[in-house]
Amino acid sequence: MIVELRNPTRTVEFDEAMSVAKLLNRLQVDRGAVLVICDGTLVPYDAKLPADAVVEIRSVISGGAA
Amino acid sequence: MKCRVCRGPAVIDLKRHNANFCPEHFIRFCNQQVEKAIGEYDMFAKDDRLLVAVSGGKDSLAVWAILVELGYQADGLYIGLGIENYSDVSGQYAKEFAEARGLHLHIVDLVDEYGYDVPNGAKAAKRVPCSACGLSKRHIFDRVALENGYDVLVTGHNLDDEAAVLFGNVLHWQAEYLARQHPVLPERDGMPRKVKPLVRLDEREMAAYCVVSGIDYMLDECPMSAGNSHLRYKDALNLVEQASPGTKQAFFHKFLSQGAPFFAEAGDEKRAELGTCATCGGPTPNDVCAFCRLVERAGGQPVKLTRGPSRSGSTPTQQTVTAEP
Ligand code: SF4
Ligand SMILES: [Zn+2]
Ligand SMILES: [Zn+2]
Repeated sequence: MIVELRNPTRTVEFDEAMSVAKLLNRLQVDRGAVLVICDGTLVPYDAKLPADAVVEIRSVISGGAA
Repeated sequence: MKCRVCRGPAVIDLKRHNANFCPEHFIRFCNQQVEKAIGEYDMFAKDDRLLVAVSGGKDSLAVWAILVELGYQADGLYIGLGIENYSDVSGQYAKEFAEARGLHLHIVDLVDEYGYDVPNGAKAAKRVPCSACGLSKRHIFDRVALENGYDVLVTGHNLDDEAAVLFGNVLHWQAEYLARQHPVLPERDGMPRKVKPLVRLDEREMAAYCVVSGIDYMLDECPMSAGNSHLRYKDALNLVEQASPGTKQAFFHKFLSQGAPFFAEAGDEKRAELGTCATCGGPTPNDVCAFCRLVERAGGQPVKLTRGPSRSGSTPTQQTVTAEP
């Protein structure tokens, strides 16, 4: 599984299939602060991601103060 | 995970509502939350002409899309701030969004029209970038609304933004700011009413709305935002929210219903009489408004305000660049 993250932009790879919940746990990412996107669609917390998936973890927090 | 409405496969879980939704019913949920906010705070009517401040980010594009979907007459306004590696790209997202949907987008470029950009303007005026940026944007929002006869200026501030601002104001007991913190700022001295229809939706919901409805938006953050206190307040509130979902919503909305009345007086005291800026003709408590002083210090050229047609029902004069399909 190829996982793309931003801020800073980086890619992490895993060999096995796993659920979104487990993936976020492994990466120590707060589920409330991100969306998980696979093939252009939103995937829920309990979805199982196949071993060959390409996944984007998109942060949703923006910082403009005005 | 099943959709609360149709029991089909859900794509998103909203912990503070204890609900999951499929794409179709999630979009419906977002539309309903916006309609509820518009009604709850009496933001505007179906025949009002709305100007949406668009940055190219998720919130402003989402609020524009939702308002159009709900049948409101909403045009967009994009301001080029001259921030390197950010402004050009974010402007592209705004233009592409408008073009793809045949919507009207006003474009004002700080460098082209006023002769300065946010980083240099901030330096020259000895302000932090977000303060110079906010001052510039507010002035231009008012100007474009006034010149083109818009009744209402819409911004994409969401629940997280408002809760973070409230948190900052409470931490410093800014009574005057607390008095003004409301999803609707009434029209004043010819300036349009300002409204925030996304106050019932949080950041993750707005990002999800964009993904589900196929809206491409600027993912990179403005480089000027790094390390600002607004982000720290969001982080702090998210920690609490993680442990008890719904806290952020209660914090902000209960402030509005129960806390805000205690601060109303602090706002009245500070409402100075407004005169007319000698340089641009806009409203100001001083001889020259803060925006014109910023432009002058930054070595730019001021632009005189031309009051446009009357509100509601009038045909707008298009003095800014238009992105048509
Ligand atoms: S982060 Fe600050 S400088 Fe950047 S767009 Fe937002 S308000 Fe302007
Ligand atoms: Zn459904
Ligand atoms: Zn002025």
